Amino acid sequence: MACQGLASGETLKSLKAESETLRKKLEEERKKLHDVELEKVAEKAEALGELNMKTRRTLKGHGNKVLCMDWCKDKRRIVSSSQDGKVIVWDAFTTNKEHAVTMPTTWVMACAYAPSGCAIACGGLDNKCSVYPLSLDKDENLSAKKKSVAMHTNYLSGCTFTNSDMQILTSSGDGTSALWDVESGQLLQSFHGHSADVLTLDLAPSETGNTFVSGGSDKKANVWDLRSGQNVQSFDTHDSDINCVKYYPSGDAFASASDDSTCRLFDLRADREVSIYSKDSIIFGAASVDFSLSGRLLFAGYNDYTINVWDVLKGTRVAILFGHENRVSSLRVSPDGTAFCSGSWDNTLRVRQEG
Amino acid sequence: MARDMSDIDILKMELEQLKKEVSTPREPVSKTSKETMDWCEAASGTDLLITGVPDDKNPYKPEKGGCIIT
Repeated sequence: MACQGLASGETLKSLKAESETLRKKLEEERKKLHDVELEKVAEKAEALGELNMKTRRTLKGHGNKVLCMDWCKDKRRIVSSSQDGKVIVWDAFTTNKEHAVTMPTTWVMACAYAPSGCAIACGGLDNKCSVYPLSLDKDENLSAKKKSVAMHTNYLSGCTFTNSDMQILTSSGDGTSALWDVESGQLLQSFHGHSADVLTLDLAPSETGNTFVSGGSDKKANVWDLRSGQNVQSFDTHDSDINCVKYYPSGDAFASASDDSTCRLFDLRADREVSIYSKDSIIFGAASVDFSLSGRLLFAGYNDYTINVWDVLKGTRVAILFGHENRVSSLRVSPDGTAFCSGSWDNTLRVRQEG
Repeated sequence: MARDMSDIDILKMELEQLKKEVSTPREPVSKTSKETMDWCEAASGTDLLITGVPDDKNPYKPEKGGCIIT
């Protein structure tokens, strides 16, 4: 008994020491290539003009906190999910509700539109990701054709279709992410490496290959190879949970939003953090981020009810947007970059544009 | 899964990962930042959240009369 205790104690200590040595080596390797700051390189970039973002539509209809939203590829439809279990599909141009589903669970933390626009996926405290084909018949009960695709052992925090309606990538409070076949519900690949809840994921833009990035309560952002399941890169500079990760439009970098009240930019080829978007006056957690089409602007939604717009290259804040009456939980730029939508704990969604 | 693993198993997993990462190929920030900036500048002309959308092409602006109270 006593001997076993000693053995495991030594292994723990030696493992920690080896880990420390490798971490230091990794830091050194990364430091060698940190020959300039992004902000310095960006001094040559033209300054942005003053932004004038206006709310064009307010989508009202959820009876409780909006937790997640996603755009359809048709650039006008939006799916949103709420704490009370309701999932609504909206036409953002007219604000009409086209479909509504009541999930058999509360806290639907994740929802996604299928690339074809013919289905939506959602899940939350039920630990599953379910797919609902969208019917053209308004009276049809969508729940009748519901398909359970993913099964985790804890809450579903995020989901996204891959390049087709046939596969879904999910992230979960059980610490894993997973790739599933929609038709059969079969698990195609699972991704292990986070040491706590995985809170968010984002798929790389299709031109840049088969990877995705995930962020977790372990303060880490991990980049994964979809086919092999390998964790290819890892970043751990945040001081708290990472609530959202989004790829830069070129696929060579990604941004993160964290409870440590900062957003950061990580360059994948330099393998390091290259920018921090923060201010002393911003003390509440950042919940969601997305880039404008060129990647010049980073929109970030915070727990203090505001949206801050950052100049990605120069690292400065270019606008602060008010309007929501509670936390901004989710934020996405439309597929054609003409507008962006934010979902909030004030039960509404707002579509905004420059103009 | 991860939360059910013992501390030792988690450390072993992290160690394996670190060994792989130390040998990852990397490029200097001066090079990658310039590329990021160039990509961004090339695309900025068509970034409608910076330039704004002309009224006649904007699905969110009403076509005739009316106004949106925000």
